[in-house]
Amino acid sequence: MRLKFAIVLFTVPVAVALAAGGAAWVKLPGGSFRSALKYEDAATTRVAAFELQKRPVTNAEFLAFVQAHPQWRRGKAPPVLAEPRYLQHWAGPVELGAKAQPQQPVVNVSWFAAQAYCQAQDARLPTWSEWEYAAAADETRRDARKDPAWRERILGWYSRPSSGPLPRAGLQAANAYGVQDLHGLVWEWTDDFSSLLVDPESRNQGDPDKSKFCGAGALSMDDRDNYAVLMRVAMLSSLQARDTTANLGFRCARDIRK
Amino acid sequence: MKLPTFLACLLLAAAGSLAAAPAKAPPLPSDSVYQLPLKLTDQHGKSWDWRRKRGQPQLVSMFYSSCQYICPLIVESGKAVERALTPAQRARLGVMMISMDPARDTPATLARMARQRHIDDRRWSLASPAADDVRSVAGVLDVRYRQLSDGEFNHTSVLILLDADGRMLARTEKIGSDVDPAFVAKVRAAL
Repeated sequence: MRLKFAIVLFTVPVAVALAAGGAAWVKLPGGSFRSALKYEDAATTRVAAFELQKRPVTNAEFLAFVQAHPQWRRGKAPPVLAEPRYLQHWAGPVELGAKAQPQQPVVNVSWFAAQAYCQAQDARLPTWSEWEYAAAADETRRDARKDPAWRERILGWYSRPSSGPLPRAGLQAANAYGVQDLHGLVWEWTDDFSSLLVDPESRNQGDPDKSKFCGAGALSMDDRDNYAVLMRVAMLSSLQARDTTANLGFRCARDIRK
Repeated sequence: MKLPTFLACLLLAAAGSLAAAPAKAPPLPSDSVYQLPLKLTDQHGKSWDWRRKRGQPQLVSMFYSSCQYICPLIVESGKAVERALTPAQRARLGVMMISMDPARDTPATLARMARQRHIDDRRWSLASPAADDVRSVAGVLDVRYRQLSDGEFNHTSVLILLDADGRMLARTEKIGSDVDPAFVAKVRAAL
């Protein structure tokens, strides 16, 4: 087991070095893990091998995208696909300006815009399960979630005020898979954010008659001490696909090409 | 971006803008859900973009046909709204039921459902998007869903009223044959 782990650590940087253009891609092996969410239909979540961008998409990369796809420029994208705050921190539709440094993660992007960006890279947004699987790791372990020290560290980020400028993407140490910034930088869209059926009326939890959702009802947390995941799920489930926020960015994923 | 790729994008963008400016129809309002291009395949096996429905108010919902419990109720809700209208009003309203399960909701399955549910085939479209487009259409309609491991779905159930240009005028999550009177009032007002 330890030997296999060492091999993974050794091969990840090679995969990264081979990636060309934009953010590098990191290959994650498939596996099963226990989600912090309680799904009524499965105790463990199976994730197939996939590739994830090493860090979130930056302002510079998103600028190149809107230059090539004018329909996604601020003022051009229809408000049903990107609300009026879309890219509001940029100086202009194709100009970053002082409040949007090229290497900072892009924020104020809607789910539709993020999805269009990834499609233009022949990629897609990661699923929630893929994101949660990748984000369970710390620098040395693929699943560090049971470690109270790791949880404290992540919560430390959530408790910092978010009014200051965002750090650049790609500054933090990579996790055991070779992925950076899954915690401690921005929130991130997932492809299926709208599948996180968390009932905002928490008093309805467990009462299917009062639930907003049909089928087996709203999701609940399996791991109530994992506040980091709880907050992310609460935030994502509160959004509509056209919404943008000053702390919400994204990165792309793609299936492994055979 | 490599130069050839960039040129290809420019060409594509140019081709796209040519294709998007055919008829004399005024541009879509920016708050129209039809801003999202969406190809649907209906119960007759015909494929069309949902913008074809422009020009007539639409009652829209998302469903899946293998659903045992709620989805029949969604269809019943649509029929109940229709029953609350006069024949003349009914003739001016279109109904679009969009599947969240395109893998199973083939034209044959949708046609069978239309027969079983005694749906007015001329004004009702039961239609499936491409698999990759389900999240997007659910996104513009703000419908939430998750597919379960047994193939069923958890989902929110809504009826949405679109005006002739695809703007959302009203939505209700009150589903069943006992229709939401406020919603019906808005449907009447739109016709």
